[in-house]
Amino acid sequence: MGTLNSTLSSLLSSINQEISAKEQQKIRDSIVSSIYSCAEEIARKAAHHQTDRKFELDQKIDNIVTSRVFGIPIMLALLGVILWLTITGANYPSQLLANSLFWLEGQFTNFFMMVGAPDWLHGVLVLGMYRGLAWVVSVMLPPMAIFFPLFTLLEDLGYLPRVAFNLDRYFKKACAHGKQALTMCMGFGCNAAGVISCRIIESPRERLIAVLTNVFVPCNGRFPILISLSMIFIGGLGATASSTAAAAVVVLLVLLGVVVTLLMSWLLSKTVLKGEPSFFTLELPPYRKPQVGRILIRSLLDRTIFVLMRAIVVAAPAGAITWILANTYIGDLSIIAHLAGWLDPFAVLLGLDGIILMAFILGLPANEIVLPIMIMSYLSAGAMLELDSLTALRTLLVDNGWTWLTALSTMLFSLLHFPCGTTLLTIYKETKSLKWTAFAALMPLGTAILVTFAIAQFAVLLGLV
Amino acid sequence: MKATDKSCCTEAYEAFGLKLSQNQLVVALAGNPNTGKSTVFNALTGLKQHTGNWPGKTVLRAEGTFVHRNKKILLVDLPGTYSLLATSADEQVARDFLVLGRPHAVIVVADATCLERNLNLVLQVMEITAKVVVCVNLMDEAARRSIKVDIEVLSRELGVPCIPTVARDGKGLTELKDAVLDVATGVTATSPRQVSYEPHVEQAAARIESRIRPYLPGWVNHRWLALRLLEGDMSIIKAIIDHLGNGSEQLLLQEGSAVWAR
Amino acid sequence: MTDTIVPLSQLPNGASGTVKYLTAQGQVRRHLLDLGLVAGSKIESIRRSPAGNPTAFNIRGAIIALRNEDADQVFVTLDKTMEEKNESHR
Repeated sequence: MGTLNSTLSSLLSSINQEISAKEQQKIRDSIVSSIYSCAEEIARKAAHHQTDRKFELDQKIDNIVTSRVFGIPIMLALLGVILWLTITGANYPSQLLANSLFWLEGQFTNFFMMVGAPDWLHGVLVLGMYRGLAWVVSVMLPPMAIFFPLFTLLEDLGYLPRVAFNLDRYFKKACAHGKQALTMCMGFGCNAAGVISCRIIESPRERLIAVLTNVFVPCNGRFPILISLSMIFIGGLGATASSTAAAAVVVLLVLLGVVVTLLMSWLLSKTVLKGEPSFFTLELPPYRKPQVGRILIRSLLDRTIFVLMRAIVVAAPAGAITWILANTYIGDLSIIAHLAGWLDPFAVLLGLDGIILMAFILGLPANEIVLPIMIMSYLSAGAMLELDSLTALRTLLVDNGWTWLTALSTMLFSLLHFPCGTTLLTIYKETKSLKWTAFAALMPLGTAILVTFAIAQFAVLLGLV
Repeated sequence: MKATDKSCCTEAYEAFGLKLSQNQLVVALAGNPNTGKSTVFNALTGLKQHTGNWPGKTVLRAEGTFVHRNKKILLVDLPGTYSLLATSADEQVARDFLVLGRPHAVIVVADATCLERNLNLVLQVMEITAKVVVCVNLMDEAARRSIKVDIEVLSRELGVPCIPTVARDGKGLTELKDAVLDVATGVTATSPRQVSYEPHVEQAAARIESRIRPYLPGWVNHRWLALRLLEGDMSIIKAIIDHLGNGSEQLLLQEGSAVWAR
Repeated sequence: MTDTIVPLSQLPNGASGTVKYLTAQGQVRRHLLDLGLVAGSKIESIRRSPAGNPTAFNIRGAIIALRNEDADQVFVTLDKTMEEKNESHR
């Protein structure tokens, strides 16, 4: 059988060599024309257009959403509305979930006390693991359950290809692919999902650029930190924080993320991923009435639960480890305090402090535990807990020396730093390369350090802080 | 070559990462992008779906099962493509499965509002396999745009069953399943319309066809392969040789040994 | 005038043309053929993106955006009749 195969393969390649490349191209042209003219002929017989008007409504909609004047503002407005709906809508259910999950924690604690379990076991399992999980679920689930359906709705309507159409020029200038805009949209929900969606980009070079830069779009796990800090510090509103102001600040941060994405894509294209933009096609499909039922099922089952499960898988062990670090003492300081103290001199250069930087490092498995770790460390309570209001959080942070610069640096660091563990794992699966996965972590980290360092030093130099 | 010899063995499906239970029929779902192909897929399989990757490719594969007239059917969703010229990974995956996976039947979803573009793919699929059912979807949208599709004429011209559907409302799906089952089990014989090429292309293809015939198993469409050789598409050639080489074909070779023994 | 051949990107908005030949080679040519751009195909320029590039075309019933660099490898003749038809419609 082996010999038969080699006979076959040598026969096929010799046939291939008999025909010149030029001839092959001519034949291909002719083959494609023949198929299309056959298709034309059949369509002429079988389909009858009774009028000339086609896609009239579509054209009218497109005249607006891709117009020179309104195209980009409409895009931004839609983004703002979706973020606003997500922020406002998630508030109440988040609270509700947190209350019930923390009530359950109380029950667990009672149970552990009843059976007389050792303190450390209760600490690792309940105060570490369970509380970490409860945090992630209550903070992540409601926004995702709102964001993903809204996003799927836009997808189903057929609006997203128009976004890519509007933005392609800028991506082309960065030697990247217009469909990268679509993968970025996906990244808002979850960067891991965004990385997977990069498959729609055909050219390997441009796909890799999209994969590596997806992290510059803040995902749902990072929105809570961006939102609460912008409500507390940038709006300067304290207790009467408005979701509108927070949404506006977050939109600005998102825009910055887009600018960084374009810059980094360009930089990558000029250095390690040299190359010209490849062939680009994008279909602008007709607008279709969305199927609400299917949207809900698809976005809840396929996206929300999927992303949540992965977050849970990393958050549980991370919670346990954090508890252990916070409750193991070397001398009279916990390991966490030692780490923070050690990181502090460097963190201060970036406008942060040791605890913030450590929280980002410990938060590698899941971005949503960054803020809880920070709070926990400030309170030295040894377990992650949620403060009941933003005012309390503000007091805590200000008492620990936070200024507007600290808040700004933290937000920028959150926006630009390395992707979470799940995303890195996904990047490894998609690229099958440890080298690119490491690069995907180090490149954003470098960017975050550079930007925060520049801003912090600039502010200090001008005496703004 | 006879279309009825085309159904495949379990081993060939395993090469595509598919697990097949006893007596299950394999049906592939092809179609242009934005034709409501995934709506058809969801409507046929409901929640009995499974997603994964095509082996060795970062292309999403969805498969699902449904039962019709007591027959279990595994529906494999191919990537949405305009053609099978294999210019992209998606097209390659779709084409490789049609050629090497040898499904019992192929549903090609076509958009009734732009038939011409969709027929291009239908014709290309029909060059690979005769067991085709065309699902003419979005009939409601076509009606709204005052486009009248004459299904009878279309079926006659194409030589395969054409079923009008509005997948999102579930219209026409029973008829579609009936037609697919009949084609898959050989109850309906099809005579797919073959594209006629320019005389010099046809002649050259015939010459190559006679040269490669003795060396190829019966289930590869020799004319189709000759045309690919003519246009210098070596990717399918490589895929076929790899497929034959990986040993998954031994069972089948015995069955077609007359061809193989020369 | 009817026989002036221009690159596809110079097809004015709303105007239609007929594909005469492709200068693209290799993969790009395959992609263009794939989309149905063969000699004799009708094509209509639909709209430009806000930044002027890419341009969306009606190619065999689907609206497909191409970057000007790629569209420039397709040469078309302008269909005068289309405009005249439109004029008489109004």
